[in-house]
Amino acid sequence: MPVTMPHMGHLYIPLKTMLEYVGLEVIVPPLCSKRTLSLGTQNSPEFACLPLKINLGNFLEARELGADTIVMAGGLGPCRFGYYAQIQREILRDLGVDMKMVILEPPDTSMRHLFEDIRLLANGHSWFTILQAIRVAWYKARAIDLVEMKLQEIRPREQQPGGADKIFERFLRDVEKVNQKSHIYQMAEDVIAEMEGLPQIECYEPVRIAIVGEIYTVLEPFVNLNMEKHLGRMGVAVRRSIYLSEWINDHIFKGILPLKSNKVVRKLARPYLNHFVGGHGWETVGSTVEHAQLGFDGVIQVAPLTCMPEIVAQTILPRVSNDKDIPVMTIYVDEQTGEAGLITRLEAFVDLIKRKKQLKKEVMNT
Amino acid sequence: MVTVGIPRALFYYYYFPLWRDFFRQLGAEVVLSAPTNKKIVNQGVALAVDEACLPVKLFYGHVVDLIGKVDMIFLPRLVSTARKEYICPKLMGLPDMIKASGIALPKLIEVNIDMSKSDRALKQAALALGRYFTNNELRILRAWNLAKFSQQQFEYLQADSGQLALEALELWNGESDYPRLQRQEERPRIGLLGHGYNIYDRYISMDLIQKLQKLGAQVVTAENIPADIIEEEAARLPKRMFWTLGKRQIGAAFHFLKRPDIIGVIHVASFGCGPDSLVGELIERHMRRAKTMPFLFLTIDEHTGEAGVVTRLEAFWDMISWRDAQCR
Repeated sequence: MPVTMPHMGHLYIPLKTMLEYVGLEVIVPPLCSKRTLSLGTQNSPEFACLPLKINLGNFLEARELGADTIVMAGGLGPCRFGYYAQIQREILRDLGVDMKMVILEPPDTSMRHLFEDIRLLANGHSWFTILQAIRVAWYKARAIDLVEMKLQEIRPREQQPGGADKIFERFLRDVEKVNQKSHIYQMAEDVIAEMEGLPQIECYEPVRIAIVGEIYTVLEPFVNLNMEKHLGRMGVAVRRSIYLSEWINDHIFKGILPLKSNKVVRKLARPYLNHFVGGHGWETVGSTVEHAQLGFDGVIQVAPLTCMPEIVAQTILPRVSNDKDIPVMTIYVDEQTGEAGLITRLEAFVDLIKRKKQLKKEVMNT
Repeated sequence: MVTVGIPRALFYYYYFPLWRDFFRQLGAEVVLSAPTNKKIVNQGVALAVDEACLPVKLFYGHVVDLIGKVDMIFLPRLVSTARKEYICPKLMGLPDMIKASGIALPKLIEVNIDMSKSDRALKQAALALGRYFTNNELRILRAWNLAKFSQQQFEYLQADSGQLALEALELWNGESDYPRLQRQEERPRIGLLGHGYNIYDRYISMDLIQKLQKLGAQVVTAENIPADIIEEEAARLPKRMFWTLGKRQIGAAFHFLKRPDIIGVIHVASFGCGPDSLVGELIERHMRRAKTMPFLFLTIDEHTGEAGVVTRLEAFWDMISWRDAQCR
């Protein structure tokens, strides 16, 4: 049974590692493209949020490559993601596509069901091997995040734009192939050193912008139309509110590792938002406060159109923006969003921030 | 006497009898916002973000309508009304959204109603609410029990004697002493799916129910189906539905499919409704697979024109009554 999975940013690398570790044949769907989007959009409910459509496109494209089993996550609500797999299964059934879905549901009443599903996937391997697989996957996720954070820092300072991105792409290809902790981290260190060695603009202090919002649109460059890259080229150092490894630590390891945790962020959201609202709505508000406190120059919220938790956050963000004196812009993406339109909005936002920063400096000097 | 304002929006259509009698028993006067009108819609649309759904926008309008008329506004945070279920993320954030809007609000009566983990949370919420008026716990609990009885009557009227919420509510909202109770006649029945705050709001549903009745149909909604049937039908899904209202729609849809007296089903959803984008899809797919039930899906928002809806309703009605006559 060749298995496949949905795409979300670089998630495919650790996930593939993990599934291959327990001896499964893995077919990674082609990276998200216009074709993925149209396949997904054609067959999905019109008002569903974008990730459902893209993931469906991933499954259909993986099917063409021979995959017959899908590994998908579930959820307990109230975010729509928890019901994605159910809808996708019905759509595939009506399309006559015969694919088996293994849906990993977070423990509802007992852990038994989840364990059974994992054992089923692990086709007879021991729990020791399964834990090993999870460990290696985790190292890769962490290494990729560390390198990407460096990339976000280097991009605005590069003398020749694009150099660091090329190194990063090469790293992504290489890191897939190694499976030892020391090799993975060594590779990351080398790549970081290589990026730092690129010719940089001296004494340039970039504008700093944080990207917050819904996890899928924050992590998947195809749906946020390479927002990070565009901002980097405009001379902006970007930080995200969500990195895959931090998310894994929070949600799968239940925060046992000493990484940045969503608990802190949720506390910061008070008094603006006092209750969790599903998805990442609470974290979006909290992260905006956090980055204002860290001295960032602006915040961009990105989410799929009609995303319920993010609408709550969007409603509340103007007040945070006012109180904390930090510019905030909300960008919704769907299948109609165009890259040129996005760039115009980003440029205008960055110009405003630069001007604001300049004015502040002048006031300070007089 | 202290006056408590209740916005005539969202869960007013589900819980007004409970809320009214609870506050009354605690010595407050309950004031409702005006029935939805153009001004309320416009105010709501202006205050809320564009991306919010129509019912949430309307809620803003109804809150504004109450300002200046009451001492306090009841603004609960409805997280969950049943174990392991939720209402909707937007309702979970609603009080914070209203407060962030910058409207000058009177004193708010706030409480979190979250029964997702335990039913006992409801009693705690009732006690917390009561403390806005009195410290006498016994009095609060007595008020609560009386209010619960009122709510049971309201639900009985709908689930057991087939009344529609809007008419049944007239018994409590003081608009009529003699509500126009629907007589159970032998008329063709139409199953109407949709969230209560959409289908029972006469303004935004454009009098959908009355229009159907005028065409000669008897309307049956999800609220007219006893809760145990809903549970049983919804349990046919491979995965438990975690949205309370979504579960109600899907349970009702499965039930309608089995009923020979129902000759067509209409699903009304507001534009941009998250749960309905998926629940509606499931309902549509099941209806299509069954191949026995005519189905109409109507999306409404603040721009929906009445003429367009009327045309579609009439066309649907003509088609199903013709089909019904052929089958007989």
